[in-house]
Amino acid sequence: MSEINVNIVSAEGELFKGSVSMLFVPAISGELGIAPKHAPLLTALKPGEIRAEIADGDDIHIYVTGGILEIQPNQVVVLADSALHAKDLDADAAKKARDEARKAIDGASQDLDLVQAQANLVEAEARYKAAQRLKGR
Amino acid sequence: MAVGKEIRTQISSVKNTQKITRAMEMVAASKLKKTQIRMEASRPYAENIKSVVGHLMHINPEYAHPYLSQRDVQRVGMIVFTSDRGLCGGHNVNVFRATVSKLREFQEAGIEVDLALVGTKAVAYFKRLKVNVVSAVTHLGDQPHVSDLVGTIASMTEAYKEGKIDQLLLIHNVYVNTMTQKPEINNLLPIEKTDEDLLQDHWDFIYEPSAEELLDTVLNRYLESQVYRAAVENVACEMASKMVAMKAATDNAGKFIDRLNLEYNKARQAAITQEISEIVGGAAAV
Repeated sequence: MSEINVNIVSAEGELFKGSVSMLFVPAISGELGIAPKHAPLLTALKPGEIRAEIADGDDIHIYVTGGILEIQPNQVVVLADSALHAKDLDADAAKKARDEARKAIDGASQDLDLVQAQANLVEAEARYKAAQRLKGR
Repeated sequence: MAVGKEIRTQISSVKNTQKITRAMEMVAASKLKKTQIRMEASRPYAENIKSVVGHLMHINPEYAHPYLSQRDVQRVGMIVFTSDRGLCGGHNVNVFRATVSKLREFQEAGIEVDLALVGTKAVAYFKRLKVNVVSAVTHLGDQPHVSDLVGTIASMTEAYKEGKIDQLLLIHNVYVNTMTQKPEINNLLPIEKTDEDLLQDHWDFIYEPSAEELLDTVLNRYLESQVYRAAVENVACEMASKMVAMKAATDNAGKFIDRLNLEYNKARQAAITQEISEIVGGAAAV
């Protein structure tokens, strides 16, 4: 069975390196499943969860706040803006951040504030969802 | 017997100072270890993004991004990294010296300079000089985060995009080893094209969204990672330099204590000798 070499790094450290059988990433245009021999692709990521299926082992879940995905013929590189192993996610803190982000949108006075607040909300929402999913498992 | 009271107080005061410098040395050593790990951790990202930038530039030679185009240099931006605290040997002084000599070079060539400062030491130093400081960020702590530096980076990249500056330099200490750190001036913008030989293999990528938009994001991330790396390396240098400086201070304090002890013992012996000779003299007189 063929596998893909995956390298997930953020500016503050390397999170995962190894071969996986299937990789799911939150690309800007929607969730993306990457199987071996995927065509070369370069895309931006949005906040969400990266899931890596390992042939004989547990899945790996990593939460990213956005970033860049590069698929080369023999290798996949995820350059995350900031990333966290899903087990390190704090569900309560994520919920609080989401609520605060919602409040900020209501109170936003200028367009710029609104754009910023909406971006925050998207991020907080994704973080909360990822944390919830992990909890339910 | 009240011999050498002053010397004894001096000895105890030097001993106290020695305790402090020794403690600072040990703190710096443990922080150095931590920052070294952080420095290592930032390497994979920096290397990977560099190769992505390389691929992108190779594939899109026709798209002229402002970051990639060489311009006639009339005004230069410099980001200067220093520490927030002193007592770290030549760490900051070396950076200042490198910066000032570069400033002079630019002055002679008639090129104006904008400075962005990192660290309180730089802010204090450049306040006294007649230079144009556009932004300053202090108190990054021992664990700088990318988010703390985004403002500094943005102010410079905006200026570059608007054509206010034509080149962006990064001045910071480079960590060679614990004993050696040297200031280095690196060119950040415009981004130099990587060597052709290194990129033999390249492919046609699918882009999501368009290549232009992506290139913009990737280049910004690339700059951020470079600046972040400089910040982390700078902290490592500060700690290494502080460790060495404090070790020297502790050793010097030890030498000083030895000398004072010798002096104290001499004074004590002299007093005893004097006392004995007084007694002997007194007995002989009876």
